[in-house]
Amino acid sequence: MNEVADLMVVLMAMTNLILLGTARLTLGVRLVGAQGALAGAYMFAANAEHPTVHVLALSALIIVAKGLVFPKVLLRTLEKAEARHEMEPYVPYSASILLGMVMLASSVWVSSRLPIAGLTIPPSAVPISIWTMFTGLFLVVARRAALTQVFGYLVLENGIYVFGAAIAGEMPFLVEMGALLDVFVAVFVMGVAVFHISREFEHMDTDRLSVLRD
Amino acid sequence: MTLLVAALLCLIGGGILSLHPRLGARVAVPGCVIAAVLGVIPATQVLSGGGVLSLRAEWAVPGGSFYLHCDALSAFFLIPILVVSALGALYGAEYMRHSVNRAHWFFYSLLVAGMAGVVLAWNAIFFLVAWETMALASFFLVVTDDDQAPVREAGWVYLVATHFGTACLMILFALAGGGSGPLDFDPMIATGAGASTWTLGLVFLLAVVGFGTKAGIVPFHVWLPEAHPAAPSHVSAVMSGVMIKTGIYGIVRVLTSCGVPPLWWGWVLIGLGLLSGVGGVLFALAQQDLKRMLAYSSVENIGIILLGLGLGAVGWTFGEDRVCFLGFAGALFHILNHALFKSLLFLGAGAIAHATGTRNMDAFGGLFKRMRHTGGTFLAGSMAIAGLPPFNGFIGEFLLFLGGLIAVMSAQPALCGAGASVIAGLALISGLAVAGFTRAFGSAFLGEPRSECVEHAHDPGWRMLLPMWILVYFCLLIGTSVGPLAAYNSPAWSAAWPGKTPEIAFAVASCLSCVSLWAGAFVVLCLLLAGFRLLLLRGRSVRQAVTWDCGYAAPAARMQYTASSFAQPLTDMFRTVLHTKVSGGAIADVFPGLSQSSSVTADAVRAGFYQPLFSGVLRGVIAVRRLQHGNLHLYVLYIALTLLFLLFMELG
Repeated sequence: MNEVADLMVVLMAMTNLILLGTARLTLGVRLVGAQGALAGAYMFAANAEHPTVHVLALSALIIVAKGLVFPKVLLRTLEKAEARHEMEPYVPYSASILLGMVMLASSVWVSSRLPIAGLTIPPSAVPISIWTMFTGLFLVVARRAALTQVFGYLVLENGIYVFGAAIAGEMPFLVEMGALLDVFVAVFVMGVAVFHISREFEHMDTDRLSVLRD
Repeated sequence: MTLLVAALLCLIGGGILSLHPRLGARVAVPGCVIAAVLGVIPATQVLSGGGVLSLRAEWAVPGGSFYLHCDALSAFFLIPILVVSALGALYGAEYMRHSVNRAHWFFYSLLVAGMAGVVLAWNAIFFLVAWETMALASFFLVVTDDDQAPVREAGWVYLVATHFGTACLMILFALAGGGSGPLDFDPMIATGAGASTWTLGLVFLLAVVGFGTKAGIVPFHVWLPEAHPAAPSHVSAVMSGVMIKTGIYGIVRVLTSCGVPPLWWGWVLIGLGLLSGVGGVLFALAQQDLKRMLAYSSVENIGIILLGLGLGAVGWTFGEDRVCFLGFAGALFHILNHALFKSLLFLGAGAIAHATGTRNMDAFGGLFKRMRHTGGTFLAGSMAIAGLPPFNGFIGEFLLFLGGLIAVMSAQPALCGAGASVIAGLALISGLAVAGFTRAFGSAFLGEPRSECVEHAHDPGWRMLLPMWILVYFCLLIGTSVGPLAAYNSPAWSAAWPGKTPEIAFAVASCLSCVSLWAGAFVVLCLLLAGFRLLLLRGRSVRQAVTWDCGYAAPAARMQYTASSFAQPLTDMFRTVLHTKVSGGAIADVFPGLSQSSSVTADAVRAGFYQPLFSGVLRGVIAVRRLQHGNLHLYVLYIALTLLFLLFMELG
């Protein structure tokens, strides 16, 4: 089943690339949802040889939460806020994709230097998950719209999740559930916050919120 | 010792009880007065040769102990602290009657207890606690009227200055304490004389800076002209009269604990004394605010005290006992005297401000006709502070001049130079002080009212007048009966150098008896002349006329010299120091119309040193603050870059 897990990881990498290069917010929501579902599926695929109830339940939960519930929440926010496109990101899309390549190269380098190299199933999981984390951070830094920052956060979370699943295999159920609950709450809070920001200020660009410092 | 502890408890207990909204001044003021009575008795016993009182109790704080110790020097400072604070409390009870500030009397009692604690503490930690209690309590008293922006600004300046001083003191005690165990003063003094020259020099400099900030030595004086005008008048009286003397107490304590001082110590003290004395009196001359002027005058008097200490130290270095004795005795006398007349003047200034609603000297005039008692006491205070006999201010300066003359006549060039600088500096300071207080008294009390705020001025009630008259009485008492008091003062000095001073003290006492005899004769002569005037005027009609009606067809109050114009020749002479900024007032036409002129003299040290320093620091800080711009993206970028840097560093 390593091939299936490998496929999941490669698909995640592709969603990263598209996320870096798109201005369309609805597509972004769907991609992030898909990536979450892929992460859940990876969990299942990596442990498919001896599946346990624990793994099954967790994968199902993650696929439902990240793949269905979050996109639903975010799409509703998007509808209410009446926003469709990211306007003028700090880093242009073509440059983002190029930087994404650089980040991919450096994550391959990082994973080769890590003491766990070669122990994981499949071997591509570690560099791709690190790249996913980098992409998430990059999206938070380089995009203006509040919603894209939510994407960044979720992508970062996916990367962390796959990284953890790849090295440790199984994590204690409570830890997984705790992390999932955190993300769940965060998405709801951010959805509500983005909606309110766009209603109060008639935009949803976080760079114009700097007056609220101190 | 029981009485001293009872006095301290009385102060603290009165302060805590005064927090109750119904009690307030009714319990704090009697507390201060009872504490004064209780404390002065043992202090007087110690001063008249009653040995040393001490009491030590353990304290869980590391290095600390409740060690109270009252030797002659402590007692000498304790008496004015308690007496002036009690009189200030009596005055303040009336002054603050309509104030809504509930914690005022709590902090006032705490301030008095803190000052008493400072001069009685014999353990470094205990000392610092008392010192900080004093500083914080006085800070809260300074910002009593915290609804006014200048008052808040003054409080801020004071808070920064006082903590700068405390920081120096902490280093000082850490240096002097050295080893482990409780930081009591006995072992510190025992090792003090044997320590290396460098350590001792550093301790001395730290003491001068740390205690000097409290005492108001130039260039650490910047808080005085801000804090004194801002505080209520009885608080200014206590702060200026006795609180800044705790700084001098610290310097004297360090000076007498380190063995024979090196020559440069004396020169540092004399140099700072000249700087403070001349600088203080010049800036006093240039002020329009009465209380600010009094604050600068405190700087000047601290300068005189330092001149005395410096002269004493130089005399000590050369083993010239007479110079040493006269220098220190003059300084100690001036400490006592300044405590009396400066608090008297601040109380008077408070009465004037109370009656007229302003502190601007250029707005006063003719107050003597309306405020007989305030005028009389203010005149006495002015004469005392200007060093005119028969008041007490003359005595301290007389001893300093005497010491300076003896030093000048010695064969040692350094001693000779020290004496000459003290005499020259003191002469300049005294002359300018006479001009300054002639100006203050003359512009406020003589002539005709310059503005309508004077019209309805009247003396305050007897509760405020009584403390002022008591202080006048003390000033006159010391001025006219100083011979016996010299003997009373000498143990404070001879405690540090036992067995050396009796014959010198006796010689000085007999010399001072002569001074007091003449002063007494002068008072009697004045009384006789006053009686003669009464006799002449009896049965004749007395007519009141305007002041200075000499030949003008229509004299107006605006023709009078104002306080500013009185001082103008002097301030012009010293304009290189003062940098007074005058705007307006130029006459362009043959028939000039209405015109206005105003002048302001900013503090040279503050404007020339501290403000550039602090604004430089602020610029540096603002440059760093650019990192804190509120842009969320960049915050995340900082975190990401830091994490990446750490990751790559760890892996690469």
